[in-house]
Amino acid sequence: MRHLHAHRNPKPAQQRILPYACLLSLLAFTGCQARALNPAGPAASAIASLWWVMFITSTLVFIVVMVALALALRRRDVGDRGRGLSRSLVTYGGAIVPGIIVVGLMIYNTYITVQLEEPPDTPVTTVRAMAHQFWWDFEYVDYGFRTANEIHIPAGQSVMVQLASDDVIHAFWVPQLHGKRDMTPDHVGQIWLQADEPGTYQGLCAEFCGMQHAKMQFLVIAHEPEDYQAWLEQHQVIPPVPEDPRVFRGQQIFLGSECVYCHTVRGTNATGTLGPDLTNLASRRDLGAGTLPNTRGHLAGWIIDSQQFKPGNLMPPSPMDGQDLLDMLIYLESLR
Amino acid sequence: MTDSAIRPYVTRDTRATALAALTAVDHKTIGLRWIITAFAFFIGAGLLALTMVTQLMQPGLNVLSMEAYNQFFTMHGMTMMFFFAVPIMLGLGIYFVPLMIGAREVAFPRLNAFGYWVYAFSGIALWIALLMGRAPDAGWFNYTPLSGPVYSPGINVDLYALSISFLEFANLVAAVILIITIFKMRAPGMSINRMPVFVWSILVVAWMIVFAMPPLMLATIMLALDRIVGTHFFRIPGGGSSHLWQHLFWFFGHPEVYIIAIPAFGMVSTILPTFSRRRLVGYLPVVLSQVIIGITSFGLWVHHMFAGELSVLAMTFFAASSMSIAIPSGVQVFAWIATIWTGTKLRLTAAFYWAVGFIPLFVIGGITGVMVSAPPFDWQVHDTHFVTAHFHYVLLGGSVFPLIGMLYYWFPKMTGRMLNEKLGKLSFWLTFVGFNIAFFTMHYTGFHGMPRRVHTYMEGLGWGGPMLITWIGAMIVGAGFAVTLVNVFISQASGEPAGDNPWEAGTLEWATTSPPARHNFDSIPAVVSRNPLWYALEQDADATPAAYELPDNDRMTMGTSTLDGEPEQRLLVSDASIQPLVMAIGGTVAFYGALVSLWLVPFGASIAFVSIVMWNWPGRNREKEQS
Repeated sequence: MRHLHAHRNPKPAQQRILPYACLLSLLAFTGCQARALNPAGPAASAIASLWWVMFITSTLVFIVVMVALALALRRRDVGDRGRGLSRSLVTYGGAIVPGIIVVGLMIYNTYITVQLEEPPDTPVTTVRAMAHQFWWDFEYVDYGFRTANEIHIPAGQSVMVQLASDDVIHAFWVPQLHGKRDMTPDHVGQIWLQADEPGTYQGLCAEFCGMQHAKMQFLVIAHEPEDYQAWLEQHQVIPPVPEDPRVFRGQQIFLGSECVYCHTVRGTNATGTLGPDLTNLASRRDLGAGTLPNTRGHLAGWIIDSQQFKPGNLMPPSPMDGQDLLDMLIYLESLR
Repeated sequence: MTDSAIRPYVTRDTRATALAALTAVDHKTIGLRWIITAFAFFIGAGLLALTMVTQLMQPGLNVLSMEAYNQFFTMHGMTMMFFFAVPIMLGLGIYFVPLMIGAREVAFPRLNAFGYWVYAFSGIALWIALLMGRAPDAGWFNYTPLSGPVYSPGINVDLYALSISFLEFANLVAAVILIITIFKMRAPGMSINRMPVFVWSILVVAWMIVFAMPPLMLATIMLALDRIVGTHFFRIPGGGSSHLWQHLFWFFGHPEVYIIAIPAFGMVSTILPTFSRRRLVGYLPVVLSQVIIGITSFGLWVHHMFAGELSVLAMTFFAASSMSIAIPSGVQVFAWIATIWTGTKLRLTAAFYWAVGFIPLFVIGGITGVMVSAPPFDWQVHDTHFVTAHFHYVLLGGSVFPLIGMLYYWFPKMTGRMLNEKLGKLSFWLTFVGFNIAFFTMHYTGFHGMPRRVHTYMEGLGWGGPMLITWIGAMIVGAGFAVTLVNVFISQASGEPAGDNPWEAGTLEWATTSPPARHNFDSIPAVVSRNPLWYALEQDADATPAAYELPDNDRMTMGTSTLDGEPEQRLLVSDASIQPLVMAIGGTVAFYGALVSLWLVPFGASIAFVSIVMWNWPGRNREKEQS
């Protein structure tokens, strides 16, 4: 595009346009690395193609307007041509050409909007997503388990996600897979996700939802279909009573602590629902909706005082004896 | 206040006492107060922005705490939208509309003074709250249920609801005054198709305010009731809705954007013809474009809610109505270009720089505006830095650039002294370059997934690099505006004397002295063309325009017919009064008192009631002659 107009425009205008052209080309270049423009699924691809059509059209429009402005600033003594020139500029440049472009865009936009209404194929399963201040609960309704801050999907197949909120308005956004959708407390919405290739895709809350809106992220992890089946099976297993005495001790400490009022581990009497389900805690990558990596040290710090890492989250500090904490950590690490 | 006989116009408000300052009603005094107060808020909100961008310059910084950041971004948005952008346009309208239409005063000068006090008190209350660390912190858009009593306990959001409800009195009062002034007080002969384009733009936004602000007042009052007395308009467990607030807010919120933008278009349409030595190309299409934008802006608010659950039909309808704004905007852009192109002689003044620099910024902002009105694309960039970039191109580039241009253009008229042109151009280049560095980069940051309103972000997301560039640009913008601020202070004390008409402009405000006399015009000019001072350039101009003599010591101005500007009556201008201030104080006690004790509400209301009675008590000076 740059070459094209470099040859065709008169020189003074070219000098004026060049900085903008550089900026726009820079955007086009770096844009290829930006998440939303590096789509990994059919929905994000359709949106990216809409963007590129609009980007190219807009760049041409911008160049034309700037050339006109540059000529206006240079040309003098138009004399008698002034009236006709003005009339054509306003009529064609101002009304007719923008009108044609906008009508074309309206039609193309409607086509893409309709196309994105439904997934390409019937969704293989439904995930019920519930947003909380400031984390995500994902329930696999067909399989009877839930997870937190991670959605696992099969690559190449679509999954329907039902969206609702437990408190305020949040928004569900995975830039590489689809646009964002609000999650409200009084209405259940839905969005479909599909990733073309296995991989890990960053997701986040996009609607300001209070103090820790910044630390409310999640991951969408796409697997090969057989790995996805294995993951599903692993998550449907109810953890057995630990045989290792140390793990068993850790479990007893956990079940005797205040943790159980808010957290669930299936197969035990920990059935709280205010916080994330911990049945497969050790299999997750992050803690606190993307706040910390899931390592023993971070988990220990999180349990003792999560307010240090994410002030304003609902989990109260739990001071613990060192040995008890260590045993409990070993137990939590066994929940894979 | 003492003698009830005729008071000479020229002595009104001229005593330099505190009482005179508190009782002033002159539209230039009041208008200037609006302008200065609005610029003070602009500086404050700008400093908030610089602090926020410093916090976000790199991942994990601790320049601002989370609580402070949330208050800062809320106050930045609220101050810029409610306490700077709309008030500055109204202030310029109050100051310049009478001068541009050849009147001696606005309609209802006392009400005008009341409007200013309400505006000042509501803004000051909010900023005191910020200094105390208790400012609103749920965003300027303040969505429920986050802003409801359950998720935002504390007085922060109460202050939002009360301040905005109270402030809207000021906007509505000013809008009504401006409409009546423009419809009924134009100089004889200034038919509605001879009105300056800036006056048209003020007329359009005044009507928009009349229709857009009541829904906002309704929403904020409902929110205040939810929070203070426990109603359930927005509380979901009680049967409220999470969407109702969004609809009410954006039904106001989108027209709000054009309430800010249309006067800026009017400014560009004023500056460019003056410095191109030519009448504005396409007066009729430009004015119609403003009117069409004003009307259409009420039919596209849903594009702020595309990420909600909407039917395809609803989305495509509001997408199409949003995109259609491109046409009236395009007409204006090309009218401006044609005006420059066919002008007889360009004068490259600082004001002209700001007005021309506005065009590329407005075009970029307009183009990204068309983009985000496509719902699928909006789903990707909604609530990200892309949108932040888009609306800063429209609001800062598209409204503040013309506004600063207008400052350079009208400062000589307001003060009698010229602003320094070199500093003006330096300020322009710094701001223009810094602006593009800061905000063009934010398009990319948004694509890369950076949401708005986050107080920090984690490493490894790739946002640190572009945010550093944005920080550099923002600091240059800050320096650019600072140059103009310095320029104002220096020139106000020691600038070159301006004379009546330093730009050889064609509209009536340049027909009087700089600064204008108390009574604006010795005699009311008779108007026969759109640019009454450009006798030579106007083909239909009468070489010796008549003037209507009114005794200049009789606080009188001309009342004319709405469409044709035929002389109808002599209007008497009301005198200075302390009651507007007393009534505003009563209102302040009633509104903010609710936070302390509900008993202060009737107490404040009683003060306001007594002052209304005093205000309207018959038989005080010559006002009864009016009837």
